Amino acid sequence: MTKLIGQRAIASLLSLFGLMILVFFLSRLTGDPAVLFLPIDATEQMKQEFRALHGLDLPVIEQFWRYIVDLAQLDFGDSLRKARPALDIVLEAYAWTLPLALITMGLVIVAAIVLGSLAAFNVGGFFDRLVSIISLIGASAPDFWIAIVAIVIFSIGLGWVPTSGVGTPLHWVLPIAVLFIRPFGLVVQVVRGSMLSALSAPYVKTARAKGVKNLPLIFVHTLRNGMLPVVTVIGDQAAAMLNGAVIVETIFGFPGIGKLMIDSILQRDFNVVLAAIMITAIAIFLMNILIDIAYSVLDPRIRH
Amino acid sequence: MSDLSLAKTPAPRLAPPLLGMLWRDKLAFTSALVLLLIVAAALFGPMLLGEMASDQNLRGRNFPPFSLDRGWAFFLGGDSLGRPMLARLIVAAHSTMLIAAGTVAAAMLIGATLGLVAGYLGRNVSQVIMRLADVIMSFPSLLLAVVVLYVLGASIPNMILVLALTRIPIYLRTTRAEVLEVRERMFVQAAVVMGASHARIIFRHILPVVAPTLVTIATLDFAFVMLAESSLSFLGIGVQPPDITWGLMVAQGRPYLTTAWWLAFWPGLLIVITALSLNLLSNWMRIALDPNLRWRLEARSTANG
Repeated sequence: MTKLIGQRAIASLLSLFGLMILVFFLSRLTGDPAVLFLPIDATEQMKQEFRALHGLDLPVIEQFWRYIVDLAQLDFGDSLRKARPALDIVLEAYAWTLPLALITMGLVIVAAIVLGSLAAFNVGGFFDRLVSIISLIGASAPDFWIAIVAIVIFSIGLGWVPTSGVGTPLHWVLPIAVLFIRPFGLVVQVVRGSMLSALSAPYVKTARAKGVKNLPLIFVHTLRNGMLPVVTVIGDQAAAMLNGAVIVETIFGFPGIGKLMIDSILQRDFNVVLAAIMITAIAIFLMNILIDIAYSVLDPRIRH
Repeated sequence: MSDLSLAKTPAPRLAPPLLGMLWRDKLAFTSALVLLLIVAAALFGPMLLGEMASDQNLRGRNFPPFSLDRGWAFFLGGDSLGRPMLARLIVAAHSTMLIAAGTVAAAMLIGATLGLVAGYLGRNVSQVIMRLADVIMSFPSLLLAVVVLYVLGASIPNMILVLALTRIPIYLRTTRAEVLEVRERMFVQAAVVMGASHARIIFRHILPVVAPTLVTIATLDFAFVMLAESSLSFLGIGVQPPDITWGLMVAQGRPYLTTAWWLAFWPGLLIVITALSLNLLSNWMRIALDPNLRWRLEARSTANG
């Protein structure tokens, strides 16, 4: 297991390095920060000074070399926008995104497993229909539109929850609810499909013949066998969520990693973009290891 | 159980049974009808209503919907510059559909070609192509969009370029996986033995088997691309005015949420309706185009539908 993780770590490190090179040079193609940050009537000399101050006047190759040297000392550089270490800014954003992603994914997993199993147990029944309707909405409705409609109804119309920002637990309700829909729709379909095939296995018939009740039959006998494909899709969805929910965070003014990423890209805050991408890649790598461990817990055959 | 598949007579032609099956499945039929309407709006909208949709009238600013006082075009309300919402929605269908259709067509053409090559030729070529696909998939698509649109300028062809680039791996992987499987089947082996050329084997024997899957994925992907385009436009890095898509209209309506909800609501609703129809139609196609599953639809003539 440790050997496998070690190999994975080396492979991920290599691809992370490639990604960093690509992002470093491509992001410098998007334009000159001096034009964006200085007032519109700034003289050429002021722009020169700004570039010299942030090391943007050097040839790109030399900028890259300096970046690598700093990075080797775990220095991700400073943010242009906030004049603070980029790493601190990214970690602060993660402190918001992580709980959001964890709560949402937790709800998705519990709801998808319970409702998906019930739907598979009674194909065509109430839960089956409910599940397929939510999945369809998730696949068809853009999240910004769901968010806007939710704001109009629940914040402006009924006044139950605030429109945007953070501070009280109530601020979290709408972002979580909007983020919940799409992953739930995807995961619940996989749960349903894999439970359908698990429920048709011969040992289920045996258990039934022995008089096992419905609920223990689903949640004790078959669930564990039907979970492997579910873990895969949960991993994919969780990775997407760690990347930050750009749209949802933007609409609800949630200071997470997605909002930080889009703001930094648009304002050419290169160091923050790079730091955000690298920290995210590391987070996704760690989560993939967790997924692998989950596999081996669920299916002892994989351990060898 | 007396009539097994042996008794089945081959269908005389393909088109009439397909249309008949579509008519029997009311949900899929409605979806197809809705999509036809939207395509018609996309094709003829700018020609017929282009002027009306850009005609500003400050007296009709944020005119509330469901009233015929200012004519039918204002039935869904007026926008922040007093332009009729209904006319603008119909005109915006053009760019929305153009981007999605262009993206899906380009991604499918390139992805399927590369997939055929990767699946048909040996391992080395396949490895190179698949690693390229991995790189595309791991690159943050948002950053890619900003880079391309900044360097080349935000225009509709460049939007298609960005979106197609990110969608190619889907078609590539599916095609390759199918080709790998089909290549080993008996009829392909027979064609090889009979001395058929590579081109003939690929286009006459393999492609027809892969095509239905590709069409089904393309339908589903059309909805996905439309959502992706509207997200980019919503964030302000996609389509730029005076071009107009439904996603951009939602973004333009967002500042008026408290006073004029209809500015953002209608274009979003149209996106939902279109994507929903595409999803439902794709579900139906997956069954209808698969000879092994088609009996479910054919046998349902007496059932509810």
